[in-house]
Amino acid sequence: MSIPVLLIISVIAFVVIQLPPGDYMSAIKAQMESLGGLTEADAEKIAQELRQMYGLDRPMYLQYFIWIKNIITRGDFGYSFQYRRPVSEVIWERLGWTLLIATMCHLISTVIGIIIGIYSATHQYSIGDNVATFFAFVGLSIPSFFLALIVMYVLAVKIGVEPGGLFSQRYMFSPWNWSKFVDLLRHIWAPVVIVGFAGTARNMRVMRGNLLDILNLPYVLTARSKGLKERVVIYKHAVVNALHPIIMYQGMVLPFMIQGEITTSIVLNIPTAGPMFYDALVAQDMYLAGSFLLLVAVVLVIGNLLADILLAWVDPRIRYD
Amino acid sequence: MIRKTKEVNREVNVTEIERGKSYFQLVWRKFKKSRTAILGGIIISILAVLAIFAPFFTPNDYLDYKPDRAFQPPQKVHFVDSNGKFHFRPFVYNLKLDVDPITYSRIYKEDRSKALYIKFFIRGYDYTVFGIHSNLHLFGVDEGSVYLLGTDQYGRDLLARILMGGRISLSIALFGAFVTVILGSILGTVSGYYGGTVDMTIQRIIEILQSFPQLPLWMALSAALPKTWSSLQVFVMMIIIFSFLNWPTLAREVRGKILSFKEQDFITAIKEMGGSDARIILRHLLPNCLSHIIVVLTISIPELILMESTLSFLGLGIHPPMVSWGVLMQGAQRIETLGQHPWIMIPCIFIVLAVLGFNFLGDGLRDAADPYSVKKS
Repeated sequence: MSIPVLLIISVIAFVVIQLPPGDYMSAIKAQMESLGGLTEADAEKIAQELRQMYGLDRPMYLQYFIWIKNIITRGDFGYSFQYRRPVSEVIWERLGWTLLIATMCHLISTVIGIIIGIYSATHQYSIGDNVATFFAFVGLSIPSFFLALIVMYVLAVKIGVEPGGLFSQRYMFSPWNWSKFVDLLRHIWAPVVIVGFAGTARNMRVMRGNLLDILNLPYVLTARSKGLKERVVIYKHAVVNALHPIIMYQGMVLPFMIQGEITTSIVLNIPTAGPMFYDALVAQDMYLAGSFLLLVAVVLVIGNLLADILLAWVDPRIRYD
Repeated sequence: MIRKTKEVNREVNVTEIERGKSYFQLVWRKFKKSRTAILGGIIISILAVLAIFAPFFTPNDYLDYKPDRAFQPPQKVHFVDSNGKFHFRPFVYNLKLDVDPITYSRIYKEDRSKALYIKFFIRGYDYTVFGIHSNLHLFGVDEGSVYLLGTDQYGRDLLARILMGGRISLSIALFGAFVTVILGSILGTVSGYYGGTVDMTIQRIIEILQSFPQLPLWMALSAALPKTWSSLQVFVMMIIIFSFLNWPTLAREVRGKILSFKEQDFITAIKEMGGSDARIILRHLLPNCLSHIIVVLTISIPELILMESTLSFLGLGIHPPMVSWGVLMQGAQRIETLGQHPWIMIPCIFIVLAVLGFNFLGDGLRDAADPYSVKKS
C-alpha cells in the first residue's frame, strides 16, 4: 500500500520542483553575464554544456526515471549544484538535526501535554484549568516564526547572548565531547521550546477533551460505584482509554513539528534542513529540494505506520482489515 | 487501514429539547452560552470592520512614505502635559530626529514644546470604500503627523499598513476556506454517495495529498509562481494552492457523514418515491452535513491565516506593493533591525488576535453544532 503512494509522491515532488521557469543553470548564466563579463551567447553556451553534463537537457520524464533509478539502486539522490556535493551527503546530516529536534519536541510536548490535559480535565473550570486552557489557545494561535522572533529578540537584546545556530563558534568543528554536548543543549532548547509550545497546546486540548468525554461514560461511574479510589479510576480506567486519540494523532503531529522546525530554523538560522530547503527552493537547486520533499514524505508515511502499530498494540479492540 | 470496532453512540435526548425550535435556533441558543465563542466573534468582527474601513481609521495613507520618518517609534498618547496639567483632549508630541551622543545612532526625541491635539472626525487624505468617496477620518492632527504604531523602514504608517494588510490576510483566509469547503464538500459527497471506483480514486488522491508535509509543499508551490506575476495573480494563485491542499480533511469528514446517512430510512424512502440523486444530495444529505461544513470552515480559516503569514514572512507568498500581515513581518527577520525597532513586531499581535478569535469561534461552533447531544459536564 505504502510503496505505490511513495512512488506517486516522488513523481509529484519532482514535478513540483521542476515547475518554476528556468533552472539553476539559468541563474549561473545570469551570474556569468553580470560578474564574469561574458556575452549572452557565450554564457548560454556554457550553461548548455553544464545542462548536458548534468542531464538537464533531457525530457522531464527521462530525468525523473534516472533520478528515481539511482535512488532505488544506489541511494544516490542526485547532485546539489549549490553545495557542489552529492545531495545525499548534504541532506542526511541536516535532516538528522531536523528529525532530532522534531522528535524531541514531539516527545516532550506529548508528555507535558498529556500531564496538563489530565490535570485540566480532572480540575475542570478551576483556575489551573482556565490558565492552561488559555495558554493552549495562545499556543495554537501564535505563528512559530513570531515565537522565534520573540526568543531571538529577548536573547539578543535583553540578555545579550548571540542567538541561533546549534553550536558556539568554539565548538563548531571540534570533536564530540561533554562540553560540546552541553553547548549543544544550550542552543537547541530554543527551537525545541518554540516548536514544542504549539504541540503541547494541541496535545493538551485533545487530552482534556477526550478525558472529559470518557469521565462521563457509564463504565467510569461503575468503577466509582464499585468504591475504587479516585486515583485508580482516573489513571487505570479513564486515562488509558483517553490516550488512544492522542496516539492516533501522533502520525499527524510529526509533520506539524517539522513545519514548525522549518520556520523556526530559518528565523534562528539553525543549520537544519529547513534553511537548506528554503535556499534550495529559491536557487532552484532541484535535486536537493526534491529529495527533501520526498524524504519528509517518507518520514511521514513511516510515522503514520508506527502510530498505527502502536495503537493496535495499546488498544486490543483494533483489528487490521 | 484501521477500524475501531467500537462505535461511539451519541446520546439523543429528545425530551430535553424544546419542540418547535429550528436547528439553527438550537445552535444559537447553545452558542450564546459559550463566553469564549462570543468573545471570538467580537474579536473577529472588530478586526473585520477595522480592515474593511481601514482608511477611515488611519490618519495616514498606507503607501505614503516619508524618508525622514523612517523607523519612527510609536508616539505616546498623553493626557497630562509636561507642566502636570490635565487635558481632556488627548495629545501627542512631535518626535524630532536626533543623534545619540554616545552611540551616534539615530534616535527620536519628544519635542515637548508643542502638543499636537488629536482631533476626531477630521478631514484628511481621500479614499474610497465600497464606491463611497470620502476624506473623513476617525482621528488625526491638524499639523504635524501622528503615528500611533510607529513607522517602517520607509517611514510609512504602520497602523495604516496593518489595517490594509488585514484586508489581504483575512480575505485570503476567507476565500481560501470558502473554496476549500466547496471542493471538499463536492468531492466528499461524490465519494461517499457514488462509492465504487470514483470513491477509490478520490480516497487515494486524499491519501497522497495528506502524506505530504503541508508547509514544504506549499513553499515549493509558492516558489514555483513566476516572479514577474502581479500581486493580484499571486493572491489568486495562493488561494487556489491553499484550497487545493486543504480540501482532503473536509472531504473525508463529509464522506463519513454521507456514508452514515446514505443507508438510513429517510434516504431509502426518498429513493422509493423516485427522488433523483441531485435532490437527495442537495435537499437531504448536504443540509445534514452543513453544521460540520461550517465548523470546518471556521477551523480552516485560522490555519490559512497562519500559513499565509508564514509564507509571506519567508518571502514566498504575497509580495509588495500588496501588503499582508506576513509581508509586514519580513522586515523583522534581521536581528539588527528588530533589536532597535521592536515595534515592527506589532503586526504579529494582529495575526495572533485573528487566529485566536477564529479558534474561539470555531471551538464554540463545534460544541454548538450538535445541539441534540446532551453534555453532562
